[in-house]
Amino acid sequence: MALKITSACRNCWACIDVCPQQAIVEASPHFVIKAEQCNECLGVHDDPQCASICPIEAAIVDSLGAYLNPPGSLTGIPLARLIDFGLWHGAD
Amino acid sequence: MELPVIGNTASPAACASSGCGTPASTEDRLSDAIRAKVQDHPCFSEDAHHYFARMHVAVAPACNIQCNYCNRKYDCANESRPGVVSELLSPDQAIRKVLAVAARIPQMTVLGIAGPGDPLANPARTFETFRQLSARAPDLKLCLSTNGLKLPHYVDEIARHNIDHVTITINCLDPEIGARIYPWIFWNNRRIRGAKGARILIEQQQQGLEMLIARGILVKVNSVLIPGVNDQHLKEVSRAVKAKGAFLHNVMPLIAAAEHGTYYGLSGQASPTPAQLQELQDACAGDMAMMRHCRQCRADAVGLLGEDRGSEFTMDKLDALELSEIDYATARQRRQVVHDEIIAQLAQKRAARHASPALLPALLPAPAGDDHPTLPTASLRSVLIAVAARNGVVGEHFGHAREFLIYEASPDGVRFVGHRKTELYCSGPASCGDGEAAVEAEPQSVLETTIAALAGCEVVLCSKIGFEPWGQLEAAGIMPNSEHALEPIDAAVLAVYREMAASGRLALPAPSRKAA
Ligand code: SF4
Ligand code: SF4
Ligand code: SF4
Repeated sequence: MALKITSACRNCWACIDVCPQQAIVEASPHFVIKAEQCNECLGVHDDPQCASICPIEAAIVDSLGAYLNPPGSLTGIPLARLIDFGLWHGAD
Repeated sequence: MELPVIGNTASPAACASSGCGTPASTEDRLSDAIRAKVQDHPCFSEDAHHYFARMHVAVAPACNIQCNYCNRKYDCANESRPGVVSELLSPDQAIRKVLAVAARIPQMTVLGIAGPGDPLANPARTFETFRQLSARAPDLKLCLSTNGLKLPHYVDEIARHNIDHVTITINCLDPEIGARIYPWIFWNNRRIRGAKGARILIEQQQQGLEMLIARGILVKVNSVLIPGVNDQHLKEVSRAVKAKGAFLHNVMPLIAAAEHGTYYGLSGQASPTPAQLQELQDACAGDMAMMRHCRQCRADAVGLLGEDRGSEFTMDKLDALELSEIDYATARQRRQVVHDEIIAQLAQKRAARHASPALLPALLPAPAGDDHPTLPTASLRSVLIAVAARNGVVGEHFGHAREFLIYEASPDGVRFVGHRKTELYCSGPASCGDGEAAVEAEPQSVLETTIAALAGCEVVLCSKIGFEPWGQLEAAGIMPNSEHALEPIDAAVLAVYREMAASGRLALPAPSRKAA
């Protein structure tokens, strides 16, 4: 059980500092969660910390690949608008 | 070298309020104690920003809130915040950079941390940088800009690092308005959305402000003017933060364009016109000193305000720029000498301003044979005059000016009211495109953009101007004038106002102004 960071990540460092498991590492091209260390914050916090502070939609997914912060959920900018402006490129 | 002692001039505050006829510049209105603290601070002092340099280091990438004018992916035009893609420094790299820069720009007085995220959302990196700097360059003033969410939590740590200036961005006091500016905050291990999150942010900002004041730390408040969202509300913000002891309130225009990818940019939120911004700054100025020369500079800016030298000091050039410890010690001594000289100059300027008698009586010689010897100056209207400035003089070619300083001349004298960047008022990609190519293809629209930025001004002073822009400016009701090239700005503006008064143009109402 672990969350995963996608290519949408902008390497902003916010998640690293709040992860109680020190499971996130700086890496290129984007930060990564060490699967063996991440426990999805279970038993420690109600919400996974990385996904609660991450400002970038679609940057964090669960083990099924579902976005914890789907497009539009953080900025309120509708997905259609993001696509119109070429700002939505999906994530791996 | 003889240095006048600072702080022994007559109290300017008393002078300004007793109406001695001399317009008080921003810092003249401040108390002596505060002025002593800010007089060599380029961001706080209207005078000092022409002479002293500041530098920001980008050591703080993370943020703990979202603002609708910010997109964490790109350079943020509103806060002093380059995007996370810009050169991020570790605390060690930041120290190396600061020392190298301060050795080469002896006017350096201020080192700030403003981002690219929120310094207090990166406490370890931020405070490590401050700690090392206070040890290695103790002459530099340290400052910090924050959204305020974690201020109460870190206020003691801030006090410990001897940071004497903190800037808090406060856009509202009302959580309902806040909900239209901040979609969420990260607080107590949760993402909290809407008015509930905004309420917490507002409470923390206000509490943080009070705690800083209680510890004797200077607080400046920044507000982003968002038309239709917080424009009228900012007057209340201004009153409240002043009552709590903030010494400056800086109202900045929202910068929103679709290509920034921000919520406001993509939802068509309008940026304020120059006239709207000035109306608000004027409304708030009655309440407290306003900082009109603020350039909304980037979190990695280097140098004098308005001239960013950041590209000379990127990390890849740093190895070549680094000096020995001995050189750093020498550099520090040199800074001291340069600072003392500039402070002496500034003190002389201030003293001269207070010694000069009321400006206008002498300004208006009665026309010969006139039955009314002096024109009742009170009936003269004020005029906005734009200046293409360089180093405090009318020194820039009109076509090269990236920004204009705006002065208001009136019977009370000359008052700096703000600056307008030409690029900020472009009406989108169609007219200004992406830089040079478009400029060459459509020189016409660049000029139109500049003319729009100068809306409301009746004269523009510059060192030189081409034939074509001259004609277009005139047609737009803005009189170009290059007769005062290289003269000090205040004197040039006053001279032009005097000419306008003498020719009778000021007794008439202003020519109808093109809407900004
Ligand atoms: S879910 Fe929790 S433990 Fe896993 S990476 Fe995110 S913050 Fe760390
Ligand atoms: S908070 Fe999100 S965008 Fe920032 S580094 Fe972590 S995953 Fe990437
Ligand atoms: S506080 Fe600054 S960095 Fe954070 S979201 Fe707002 S503008 Fe962006």
